Amino acid sequence: MFSRRRLLHGAGALGAGLVAARAFPAWAQTHAHGLGPTLPTLSGEDIALNVARMHLNIEGRSGHAIGLNGTVPGPLIRLREGQNVRLTVNNQLDEETSIHWHGLILPFQMDGVPGVSFPGIRAGRSFTYDFPVRQYGTYWYHSHSGLQEQEGHYGPIVIDPAGADPIAYDREHVIVLSDYSFLHPHTIFARLKQEPGHFNMQREIILGALTGRDPPLSDQMEWAAMRMDPTDISDVTGSTYTFLINGHGPADNWTGLFQPGERVRLRFINAAAMTIFNVRIPGLPLTIVQADGQNVKPVAVDEFQISVAETYDVIVEPREDRAFTLVAEAVDRSGIGRATLAPRPGMSADIPPLRARPRSTMRDMGMDMSSMTMAWPGTEGAANAGGMDHGDMSMRDGANAPQVRMGSGVQSIAPMPVDRLGDRGQGLEDVEHRVLVYTDLEALEANPDTRTPSRSLELHLTGNMERFMWSFDGERFSEVVEPIPFRRDERVRVTLVNDSMMAHPIHLHGHFFELLTGSDGKRPRKHTVNVLPGGKVTFDLTADAPGDWAFHCHLLYHMHAGMFRVVTVRPLDETRS
Amino acid sequence: MRWRVLFAFTAPLVMATPGLAQTDPPAMQMPWPTSPPQTEAPAETPDESEADHSQMDHGTMDHSQMGHGASADSEVGNEPAPEAPADHAAERFYSAGEMEAARAQLRREHGGAIISTVMVDLAELQFSDDETSFHWEGEGWIGGDINRFVFKTEGDANEDDVESAEVQALYSRAIGPYFDVQAGVRYDIEPRRNRAYAVLGFEGVAPYWFETTGALFVSDEGELSARFEGSYDARLTQRWILQPRVEINLSADDIPELGVGAGFTEAELGLRLRYDITRTFSPYVGVSYDTTLGDTADYARADGEDVAATRFVVGVRTWF
Repeated sequence: MFSRRRLLHGAGALGAGLVAARAFPAWAQTHAHGLGPTLPTLSGEDIALNVARMHLNIEGRSGHAIGLNGTVPGPLIRLREGQNVRLTVNNQLDEETSIHWHGLILPFQMDGVPGVSFPGIRAGRSFTYDFPVRQYGTYWYHSHSGLQEQEGHYGPIVIDPAGADPIAYDREHVIVLSDYSFLHPHTIFARLKQEPGHFNMQREIILGALTGRDPPLSDQMEWAAMRMDPTDISDVTGSTYTFLINGHGPADNWTGLFQPGERVRLRFINAAAMTIFNVRIPGLPLTIVQADGQNVKPVAVDEFQISVAETYDVIVEPREDRAFTLVAEAVDRSGIGRATLAPRPGMSADIPPLRARPRSTMRDMGMDMSSMTMAWPGTEGAANAGGMDHGDMSMRDGANAPQVRMGSGVQSIAPMPVDRLGDRGQGLEDVEHRVLVYTDLEALEANPDTRTPSRSLELHLTGNMERFMWSFDGERFSEVVEPIPFRRDERVRVTLVNDSMMAHPIHLHGHFFELLTGSDGKRPRKHTVNVLPGGKVTFDLTADAPGDWAFHCHLLYHMHAGMFRVVTVRPLDETRS
Repeated sequence: MRWRVLFAFTAPLVMATPGLAQTDPPAMQMPWPTSPPQTEAPAETPDESEADHSQMDHGTMDHSQMGHGASADSEVGNEPAPEAPADHAAERFYSAGEMEAARAQLRREHGGAIISTVMVDLAELQFSDDETSFHWEGEGWIGGDINRFVFKTEGDANEDDVESAEVQALYSRAIGPYFDVQAGVRYDIEPRRNRAYAVLGFEGVAPYWFETTGALFVSDEGELSARFEGSYDARLTQRWILQPRVEINLSADDIPELGVGAGFTEAELGLRLRYDITRTFSPYVGVSYDTTLGDTADYARADGEDVAATRFVVGVRTWF
């Protein structure tokens, strides 16, 4: 019903570009003409990926990285629904590696998580992933070993549909968002353990109270009394990160080309280790057409938040012959990723200044403001807030979450968590244009399973920002004995309660789940969902993929600190042994 | 006399650490040290799944408010969760030995990290009217989230001699979100050589982000003493930080050979202004007022020493 028009571009111009920018695959070169079937990406049934250390040049400075086939991000893997693929990964590192195919439905033993789905790929060895491609859409891949993902070990996957694509577009660009630090990831992790808030250079300060930039000292003291920092939005910030778009820093200005009047499809992938981005292109409305590789009814917005590991496909229709700035602002406003959409290389548009950094609210503490009678810092009445009774006990009452092990790793329990699927992401609450929320999403195709769940399961997202401990139900993976069990093909209503004051993008391997929003049978299907601080998210899951699967927070250092579980689906197939 | 003094110093210790006393009662830790994972609970105790169900009802309210058309939570069944399987699916395809090694590594890399740090909190020259001396205080630790080995040292030296120097080696255990208990030994190199102590103390962050440390010491002679330290980082800007700090020492015993009297013995009050060039390297300037107290001050007077001194300090705080 929709036609698909693609513009082919001169191969000669592209070749020259390749010579000039060999560190990037064609689609990520500084001036990318757009993806077309003739462009050099990795396709076919046999694909080889070499994982090796390399130097990455960011804004003129060279840093250590792990690349795939010599690039960061790695090459675009372009597949077609219905094909089989054999991906051979050659580990040229002096340490173990792995590749997880994020969002792909495949046999568990091909999922690429060392210790869960396979043993990992040892230094100097190869491993061949072999699986049928049963879906289409925008996905990505990354290392699931150690902290390699932070060092550049990630890349995009685009799978074309076997039939007609219901999304019409003339040109497409893959937009891989990420964060890069010149610090070694092990140093970053150590700093987070050694000094809470180490990377936060936007704390509330006394000078700020005097100049009016920050709330008055009385408000700051209210938070200090609870040993909570309302500016602790991101653990690792722009104070050490350069935010990348297709491997380019803001000054490098990756530019995606278009011709005025074209429908341009932008495939956004948040491959960052720790950074949630707020994305906008001033001057262009954004039509969201796909989330996590699943088509959705088009939603027109002006800005959307993309949490770590999510993907969104967006249609833009620039009509003017001018450049547009693509802004991926870090959620804590400590920096931006910046790229340009332009009719010709070398153009640029104004870069909007960073907006004021957000400040956590009572809702982020799991206290529904509307139902509380007390005043709160940052709200009206804060001046008399001194006498209010919000002792630490009420913020850490184990009776509100009986299943949580109340150890040193649990700093708070949300006393009244509310469903935040309809909430805007942090920092976007008061933005005066259209902002995507999860409740805007409606699946384009009918959900495959609409049974009423046969049971429910609640999991708490817990942490202690003072000790940088993160866990499910108060237990780090290192101390958890048993997995989270599911019966094969059972349908379960899962509620994630975020007891912490940070957002957590929670990812389940091997499955899609339907967020509990929208009309029955047309709920949005996701592989990763961002659970806002102090809030909860409910989804229905059909456990239809037998095997063992990873389930974790996709903030890399949260996962590394213990926010990880294994999910089992039984019985297994009996065909192999 | 001795126990009256002990009470006098333990009372403020407890009062000054409401976080320790109120929010981290050890009793809250006790029931769970070896409890099985909760995921098993619904399968074994029907009561639990009912409790879950009632919690879910809150969700129903929220969903209806938001206009969700989803099936109501009340319709969701309450089948028990299945038993967790004992097998590992990947062992059907890969060798059990390799998978076991990979699982061990998976645990280490997801919550089992061992971290270490060395913090030189104070390393400063102290200038008074008649002399210049060097003062240091530092600590290091290595371990996981809960159990750590802690090393502490502090002391003073002038141009001629080390006046006082001590080291502590402690086992530290997290007992709540903010506080660790510490136990171990202290060894004095000066002023009394080879004096050893047993140490029992705590370290942590009190409400309002006061860094607090306290310890009881029992020497190998049976003398009982205590020390309390507190500091606060007032953030003037992101990098200029004003830090008041206080240290109070007490003794339950009269030790004439050291010039120590029973009761409060010494106090240090400091105010330091540091600049974080990086978060890990911060030069500072400040003043430190040191005074002997009570009978200890009388001993000092009798020896013709100054009871109190105000010193201008210049130093650096650094850690890695």
